[in-house]
Amino acid sequence: MLPELSEDEARAGIAKRIASELEDGAVINLGIGIPQLIPNYIPQGVKLILQTENGAINAGPAKDRYDLRVIDAGGAPISILPGGSFVACDVSFAIMRGGHVDATVLGALQVDQEGSLANWMIPNVRVPGMGGAMDIVVGAKKVYAATRHFSSAGKCKLVKKCSLPLTGYGVTDVIVTEYCVIRNLDGHMFLTEVADGVDAEELLRLTDMELAVSAEIKTVKR
Amino acid sequence: MAKPFIKPIISPEEAVRKVREGTSLMLGGFNYGGVPYTLIDALFEAGTKDIDLICVDASHCNDITPEPVGVAKLIVGRRIRSMTASHIGLNKYAQEMLLRGEIKIDLIPMGTYVERIRAKGAGLGGFLTPTGVGTAYEKGHETVEADGRKYILERPLGADVAFIRAYRSDTAGNLIYYGTGRNFNPVIAMAADIVIAEVDEVLAAGDIDPDDVVTPGILVDALVLKGDNPYAART
Repeated sequence: MLPELSEDEARAGIAKRIASELEDGAVINLGIGIPQLIPNYIPQGVKLILQTENGAINAGPAKDRYDLRVIDAGGAPISILPGGSFVACDVSFAIMRGGHVDATVLGALQVDQEGSLANWMIPNVRVPGMGGAMDIVVGAKKVYAATRHFSSAGKCKLVKKCSLPLTGYGVTDVIVTEYCVIRNLDGHMFLTEVADGVDAEELLRLTDMELAVSAEIKTVKR
Repeated sequence: MAKPFIKPIISPEEAVRKVREGTSLMLGGFNYGGVPYTLIDALFEAGTKDIDLICVDASHCNDITPEPVGVAKLIVGRRIRSMTASHIGLNKYAQEMLLRGEIKIDLIPMGTYVERIRAKGAGLGGFLTPTGVGTAYEKGHETVEADGRKYILERPLGADVAFIRAYRSDTAGNLIYYGTGRNFNPVIAMAADIVIAEVDEVLAAGDIDPDDVVTPGILVDALVLKGDNPYAART
């Protein structure tokens, strides 16, 4: 049996695990959902520079909830920390697409065998538009998919081939779920780590995506 | 016709008369920030229909914010014939209209959206981007191989009229922005035949340091002072 986790525990575990490996000084772009929890789990002594689509560089927590002159891409008030700046969107997207963002963490509807990511639309149901997602996945140096292992309907979100429209083809470098870490090494998906209490054999059996098991697979407590 | 050096400060009602049926209108703003709320309100009041809108998002009209905000008023009020946008996820009504086929909305990647506008303003015929390659978006777009990589060929995007929002202007129309209200405004200011800027205040020419100017006044036709829309007050 895989460990039973509440929604909050699962999401926190994913965010904490990703936060633990983001490099000090890295320029980071966070998507909506689980990625927004990451600032809560940044290890002491690590400083990340958060960048947003709408032109904030070195974003921090809001000082004034009423003031909408400084917001993140989702419309929530933020502040700019010392050493930060504002840019227009031609520049913010050049930063994203042009390889100036060290890592992005995005939610996922599906991730597949080839590292393709689907996270922006469900045909005939949800048509929000792709926003900046297609730009960041082609431009960020490292793309993390932060996702629950199974959908609320119980289907594995790590699939052989995405059935939903792609955000990017072959773009995902690391997948972190509540149960494991999967790394894309030269186009092959390797299970490199399981969370404490997870049986790797059982996880492989329940995962639709075909995974190679890393020779150095680790068990990590979250 | 050359734009005047000293910009007229006009009423929002006069400004929106530049927009008629079939006008392509580009609006600045990203989510709540940098939106010309006063001009949008006046355009809504004018009742002008069949606008071809170019605006990155559809603002807010959803379960949390049921009253349409900003450009959502024009969409929900059915004043829009077509829309080029990137994200309409916070406007439930726009998504429903799109799913029912009641409005034409062309959804494009946001980096492509801004770069197409930049290309128009910079006099370029287009550009090559890796964004969207290998996705459904690629279909219907021309692709080009260059230096061993596949790109999508994108074309410029301009408009007849642009409404932008800045923080301060001087009388010569030089603009500075505040916070994340800058967003698409300086890019849009270069890509339309007529550019009207909504601002908090107008200073004397020379009172904005030329080093601080983001949008030079030569791009601006007229100024409108920010009104009392509650979101204008918060931005």
